[in-house]
Amino acid sequence: MSDRVIFFLIQVLNGVQYGLLLFLVASGLTLIFGVMRIINLAHGSFYMLGAYLAFSFAERTGSLWLAILIAVPLMVVIGLALEGLLFRFLYVRDHLYQVLLTYGLILSLEEVRSIFFGDDVHGVRVPDLLNFSVKLTPTLSYPVYRLFMSAVCIAVGAGLYLFINHTRVGMSVRAGALNREMVQSLGIDIAVIYRLVFALGVALAAFAGMIAAPVASVFPGMGNQILIISFVVVVIGGIGSVKGAFIGSLLIGLADTFGQVFARQIAGMTLYMLMVLVLLWRPAGLFGRTS
Amino acid sequence: MLSYRLVMRLFLLLCLAALLAFPVVANKFYLQLFSKIMILAIFAMSLDLLVGFTGLISLGHAAFFGLGAYMLLLLSPEYSAASLWLSLPAALGAAAVAALAIGLLVLRSSGVYFIMVTLAFSQMFFYYVTGSRQFGGSDGAYIYLKPTATLAGWAPFQFSNNLHFYYFVLVLMVGTYVLLQAVIDSPFGHTIRGIKANEHRMRSLGFSTFRYKLVAFVIAGTLAGLAGYLDAAQFGFVTPDLFGWRESGIVLMMVILGGMGTLHGPILGAFTLVLLQDFLADQTRHWLLPMGVFIVLAVLWLPHGLSGMVDRWVFMRRIQEARRA
Repeated sequence: MSDRVIFFLIQVLNGVQYGLLLFLVASGLTLIFGVMRIINLAHGSFYMLGAYLAFSFAERTGSLWLAILIAVPLMVVIGLALEGLLFRFLYVRDHLYQVLLTYGLILSLEEVRSIFFGDDVHGVRVPDLLNFSVKLTPTLSYPVYRLFMSAVCIAVGAGLYLFINHTRVGMSVRAGALNREMVQSLGIDIAVIYRLVFALGVALAAFAGMIAAPVASVFPGMGNQILIISFVVVVIGGIGSVKGAFIGSLLIGLADTFGQVFARQIAGMTLYMLMVLVLLWRPAGLFGRTS
Repeated sequence: MLSYRLVMRLFLLLCLAALLAFPVVANKFYLQLFSKIMILAIFAMSLDLLVGFTGLISLGHAAFFGLGAYMLLLLSPEYSAASLWLSLPAALGAAAVAALAIGLLVLRSSGVYFIMVTLAFSQMFFYYVTGSRQFGGSDGAYIYLKPTATLAGWAPFQFSNNLHFYYFVLVLMVGTYVLLQAVIDSPFGHTIRGIKANEHRMRSLGFSTFRYKLVAFVIAGTLAGLAGYLDAAQFGFVTPDLFGWRESGIVLMMVILGGMGTLHGPILGAFTLVLLQDFLADQTRHWLLPMGVFIVLAVLWLPHGLSGMVDRWVFMRRIQEARRA
């Protein structure tokens, strides 16, 4: 194969890998909306916090694996605390107030990050085990860590699919999204389901931040960047649809990667143009239900 | 017993008198700060037309604010000042056209989609400006000379004079208030409020609600452009952050904090939020933390904003009086 084809393939791999990473963030966002009807602007902040915690623990323990093992449960605890203190009160409120409260939360969490970790950009070392590349041609090679990231994201996505579609709890989650009152009257504690879904969403976003840290580095404002792209993903896929989030993530991942390579001038805008096109065609997104 | 409405009117007139007299006691710093607040009040009132009166929650209103600001940059020649009488109408026109085009697309969606899509559109502007060398990229750009108000050799006021600028902005803020009040009291205003209350019913009554929402969107966008233009004229500096989600969020907070669905609410919200920010920034470098906590608590405890709190208090008083009678 010529170098040009290989180069193209590498971009496809990069796009898919970025898309799969986006899926981890966007699936939580869309699940939280689908089940609890909450629009959560602070979702990107969980991604950011996850990355910073991974960086901090990896510095101390010397191992990214250990850092992830400590940081994920910690983020779940933080998520549960935020659910109990704040989000619980938002389930019945108008979207307007959800937007504002989570906006206030972004500002606070960003400042908490600044107090604990400072405002510097940090790099996280790729774990030694995966710190090598596969040679594709004499001049082009591909880092194994990126392949590993894609594999992990696919595994997590598959786990999520099995959980939602093939377990009893997953069935309650699906039922809760459809009809809250009915689920309650059948004796299922909807508050527990909500807490579970919220914690799951936080864990997914934070985990995405952790595994992305060695590739994308850790910097202030990283959460808002991924949040807005995840919004675009969710809007394209249809709000509340995990399948839509998957397709949307891959589309956006590829569009962004190829935009960066072939249309640098308008790279930042390609995603939004894609979103406008999809919305013109289907106002409720690809897999969204029209009300 | 004076009616509540009359008391409110008197109170607003009193506030206006205080703003008119303010330069007598204020130093340069506060004169500039209050000018900035009144510009943001115009911005917040324009958003309230969407959020509080039409029921459209836009999280991308900063798109038009930034557009107004960047229009001044675009229309300012490098070594001479732009004319107010040319650049302001051009900035308003650009904001109006952009609002029309964007409105045609975003108003097809509603609810959460509307929130997310408006946010995405303002981000589009943000990335465009960040990536373009002509507009100074992510660093922003200076407008070296403020616009002149010279008309046929005669200059009624100077932009560089803080006092003149203060009164200019005050006049525009009051003008925006009066204009929006007229809009709201018109048959058009009744229709958009009907749309907020129940769009399905308005549609079944035969109103083409899309057109009404589009007109409201264009009016709001144009006034936001006015605020953005003034912002750029005041500081002589523009950055892509003017388009950013943070700007959209803070102005939405002003509307809600003051009390949406009233016109004095956004003004009250602008004053409260900016003065609070100014106070907190004096106390600590990490002022965003208490600010964020304040916003969270305000949402939890003040669902109807500050003016809603006063209304509620008046309402409770009346009930007590009625019981006594």
